[in-house]
Amino acid sequence: MTLLMSHYNYWIVVALMMVGFFIVIAQGNLVKKIVGLNIFQTSVFILYISAGKIHGGSAPILNDSISVYSNPLPHVLILTAIVVGIATTALGLALVIRINKAYGTIEESEIQQRDHSC
Amino acid sequence: MLFATAIGIVLSRDLIAVVMLTGIYGFLSASFFVLMDAVDVAFTEAAVGAGISPLLMLLTLAMVGRKEQANRSRNFFALMLVTITGALLIIGTFGMPEFGSANAPAHTHVAPRYIEQSGAEIGIPNIVTSVLASYRGFDTFGEVAVIFTAGIGVLSLLMLKPAPSQVPLSNGARHHTVLRIVSKILIPPILLFALYVQFHGDYGPGGGFQAGVIFAAGIILYTMFFGVDVAQQVVSSAVLRVLAAFGVLLYGSVGLVSMLNGGEFLNYSVLAENPLTGQHIGILVIELGVGITVAAVMVMIFYCFAGQQSKQVEAEE
Amino acid sequence: MNDAIGFLSGALLLLGSFLIFTGALGVLRFPDTLSRMHAAGVTETLATTLLLMGLMLLAGWSLVLLKLIMILLFILFTSPTSSHALAKAVWRHQEHETKGGRHD
Repeated sequence: MTLLMSHYNYWIVVALMMVGFFIVIAQGNLVKKIVGLNIFQTSVFILYISAGKIHGGSAPILNDSISVYSNPLPHVLILTAIVVGIATTALGLALVIRINKAYGTIEESEIQQRDHSC
Repeated sequence: MLFATAIGIVLSRDLIAVVMLTGIYGFLSASFFVLMDAVDVAFTEAAVGAGISPLLMLLTLAMVGRKEQANRSRNFFALMLVTITGALLIIGTFGMPEFGSANAPAHTHVAPRYIEQSGAEIGIPNIVTSVLASYRGFDTFGEVAVIFTAGIGVLSLLMLKPAPSQVPLSNGARHHTVLRIVSKILIPPILLFALYVQFHGDYGPGGGFQAGVIFAAGIILYTMFFGVDVAQQVVSSAVLRVLAAFGVLLYGSVGLVSMLNGGEFLNYSVLAENPLTGQHIGILVIELGVGITVAAVMVMIFYCFAGQQSKQVEAEE
Repeated sequence: MNDAIGFLSGALLLLGSFLIFTGALGVLRFPDTLSRMHAAGVTETLATTLLLMGLMLLAGWSLVLLKLIMILLFILFTSPTSSHALAKAVWRHQEHETKGGRHD
């Protein structure tokens, strides 16, 4: 099963991505949706970082005794992505607090009920 | 293990348990990144995903309640959709290169040039910092702008309490003697460590973001045990707003100075006589700008969230 | 001499891992929150100390040793403190419930 051994990192990523996707669309609680979004984002980071690894390489910090480095470009992209992720999470949580103040609840079905009834 | 944690998050109904599992998930991802030789990324993910993220979620939960209702009506449809999408994605991965091979397209075009030339052109050992701050400095500028925008967004949604005019009694933490003493001992080393990470980012993992987050964590620790009112006497919200904007301004002004010296925007080689020194100066200053903005915005967001809770307590009394 | 150091550090690492395992087992099997916290907190601090000492023996006299010592000091400070904070929160919550206080 060399196919399994060589591609298992992508399949783990797909599995995590699907779990995050499921949480976002199926669970009604808003905070849990934000958590699901976080899981989705982290799985994408794992995809990029695992694509950047080279067998036998080391961390991309220049050192005279090392000849093979893992690819530093995905690290740069994911560093930016992590920070943008925390920015959106903070903003999303602030929105949840405001929604709770306005509607009194954070369950999606109840919010839709109260929205239609007002 | 990551998958087990994720499934635990799906199935758990208690939201505080969900937040704890999120912290564990972030920590496991950080360990995974270390295994993949991505030390800078692991540092940032550990600080952010296992530190700031669960903290903000717990603050939110303190205001909205911790139980979740069961919602079974849409689960079957969602499960079908997820399975179909997952199958399509897995079919797509068959064309991807092998895990860890050195001949993948990701490794053969631009990356070798960066790895080989970065030492000669920029002169700092950490290649990730050199790419982030110099070769792709414009993207990092955009990232700082995103953090600043998020801070403004949270400010506009949840307003900051203004600093009180006189020092109130520290009411929140009088009973927590052990915690206050230990935090007083620990906070100076935490802030010192943040400064170390900031300026050592050229030589090892580190840099502006991680340092900003650690610095913010030190101040948040202080705020948690001494109350938002006392903390606002120490680091007031007006100062934070100015600092957040100042970091972005610092970054942009480095670019403008480069233009005034005859190069393009954010070209550091023209900042000094020797291009290498110019690169060092440029990277140092922009990392400082990034660190200042990140620390200020994180503390500001925490003040907004914590101020909401004390407003709610006042409204209930 | 090097063999002795390697053997000793391996023994310390194994002992630390075993303690973490028993701590996790205790968390799962103890009936009450406070006793679980006792299992988790005590074993966690001791096990982390042993693990770090095992790593220190492997590192030798270098900058890594200094960093490991700093990590050890930090954990010795924070781990008992966090157990204390958790225990205090649990104790006050139980007090609230027995007094019939505010439920949230």
